[in-house]
Amino acid sequence: MAVTVPPETSADARAGRPVGRRRPVGSPWRKVLFYGALSVLAVPFVFPTWWMFTSSLKPISEIFAFPPELWPSNPTLEGYVGAFTEQPFALQYWNSMYIAVLVTLGTMLFSSMAGYAFARIRFPGQDLLFLVVLTGLLIPSEVTIVPLFQLFNSWGMIDTHWPLILVTTFGAPSVLATFIMRQYFITLPVELEEAGRIDGLGRWRIYWSIALPLSRSALAAVAIFTFLNVWNLYLEPTVYLQTPELFTLPQALTRYTDAYGGEMWNIQLAAATLTALPVLIVFVFAQKQFVEGLAQTGLKG
Amino acid sequence: MADATTVTPGRAHARPGAAPTPPRRRFVPSYARRDQLTGYLFVAPQVLGITLFVLLPLGLIVWYSFHEWNVLAGTFRWVGLENFEKLVTDPKLAPVMQATAVFSIGLVVFNLALALLLAVLLNRKVRGMTFFRTVFFSPVVVSLVAWTIVWSFLLQDNGGINGILQLVGIDGPNWLREGPTAMASVIVVQVFKNVGLNMVLFLAALQGVPQEVQEAARMDGASDRQLFWRITVPLISPTILLTSIITIVGSLQVFAQIAVLTQGGPGISTTVLVYYLVQQAFDFHHFGYGSTLAILLFGIVLVLTIAQWQLRKRWVFYEN
Repeated sequence: MAVTVPPETSADARAGRPVGRRRPVGSPWRKVLFYGALSVLAVPFVFPTWWMFTSSLKPISEIFAFPPELWPSNPTLEGYVGAFTEQPFALQYWNSMYIAVLVTLGTMLFSSMAGYAFARIRFPGQDLLFLVVLTGLLIPSEVTIVPLFQLFNSWGMIDTHWPLILVTTFGAPSVLATFIMRQYFITLPVELEEAGRIDGLGRWRIYWSIALPLSRSALAAVAIFTFLNVWNLYLEPTVYLQTPELFTLPQALTRYTDAYGGEMWNIQLAAATLTALPVLIVFVFAQKQFVEGLAQTGLKG
Repeated sequence: MADATTVTPGRAHARPGAAPTPPRRRFVPSYARRDQLTGYLFVAPQVLGITLFVLLPLGLIVWYSFHEWNVLAGTFRWVGLENFEKLVTDPKLAPVMQATAVFSIGLVVFNLALALLLAVLLNRKVRGMTFFRTVFFSPVVVSLVAWTIVWSFLLQDNGGINGILQLVGIDGPNWLREGPTAMASVIVVQVFKNVGLNMVLFLAALQGVPQEVQEAARMDGASDRQLFWRITVPLISPTILLTSIITIVGSLQVFAQIAVLTQGGPGISTTVLVYYLVQQAFDFHHFGYGSTLAILLFGIVLVLTIAQWQLRKRWVFYEN
């Protein structure tokens, strides 16, 4: 990628401008080439989302039109109406939303508590317990899905939301959050807490009113990746849930088929758009926090 | 944390009639004892959760793997090592493992190469970089199944990709229904979905490469290419290691993409290990054999993680 010209940097330096870490692009000709390459690379990243949105507005007869249209000539909301009439979509939306919010809040609370204790409180057996928790990082949830199904079955919790909520809040998916919070609490100056102790605060108050408010950025990262993870769960709901009224969105999306098992594409794409939209909108407005938050956590593929 | 052991939990309180406490314990402040209790309470929800939802199931899959368990027929009987013999002689295992390997290797190579290319392109001080970063990152936040559904629509025989190819006079294949293109399609769809994450990690690493080192290399007449391979890549190798571990372990867990795009087909050409496991357990109701496959999956993840950890000393140039 020989797009940069070294003298540019020294020109900056000679002109007394600060030499940035990132090197500028050279001549206008190179600039065109550079932006052209970026734009071409961007196509497979943007096109599917664009296609999903525009096709969701097309009547079913136009969806497979040739040549393909980039914008529907007869836009219709047929697909969107269908999404809600073919399945209890509003209910499924609510299921996804409340489960994701509940698990996110729960993970923020319990993982920050555990992370705080592992970072700041000393108690016998601490190292062993931390090791126990870390095993959750090593074991993919797919490995334990069969016995978990049996456990929840024996507790009469199959076809309820309990397995989704309990496992994600307290099980393996929450370990990364605990780890991130622990790493963050370790870096907080101890003096801040000692001041609190001199003022007579107990541990809970020190954690809740001093440490937690200071760790907002780590909590935000935890919140973002927990929400995305739960919002996207697919295997777990398909294993645990059978009643369409209890389905979550990813699971519901694949069930828009006609009596012969054929996909109802306009409806499916409308529902997919409705599923992707809220997170995309939040992302566009808060992309800096998203990107930096996830870069900070550095994990979760 | 070694000093934690010197502070014994409030035994003096617990046993009033016990022998007098050694003098040094008398100086343990009362808040330290309360602290220990708080510590246990703070970690209790998570520790219980892991015990119940990770360690107990892990023990159970070992137990289940020694049984023939057909849920539908209601049979559950001890068969010893029969499931493991079945595993070794399963004619499907070789193609499944091959599909798993092809998928993981293809994904890691393509993902890391593209992520690094994007990061290098975006690591410049010019206008519009935030915009492009947002664009390349955006699929990460699009719901996974929604993203996969759109691609399955695009990759159909009469779908959007072939429509575009036809415009330039190429008659495209039925991507998801033909062996080699099906696997390639699944890999490509997955890479575009998640490459933004690795790109961000690489960007952060590139910005950590000291400016002086690059300047010095330039003074010595290094070309852009030399600068990249001899200076930049070695300096960001810890991040390359991290992203490759995440991507490999993540690739072994890919389920929804396969389920939506190809259902493991055509034939079993895209049936990766996780998909096979779920199929055996929940579609064919063989919980015992499914558990045996889970042990295999766990073993692979464990070996890969340990191997990469060991290897890091050899091929990671710099680590703080």
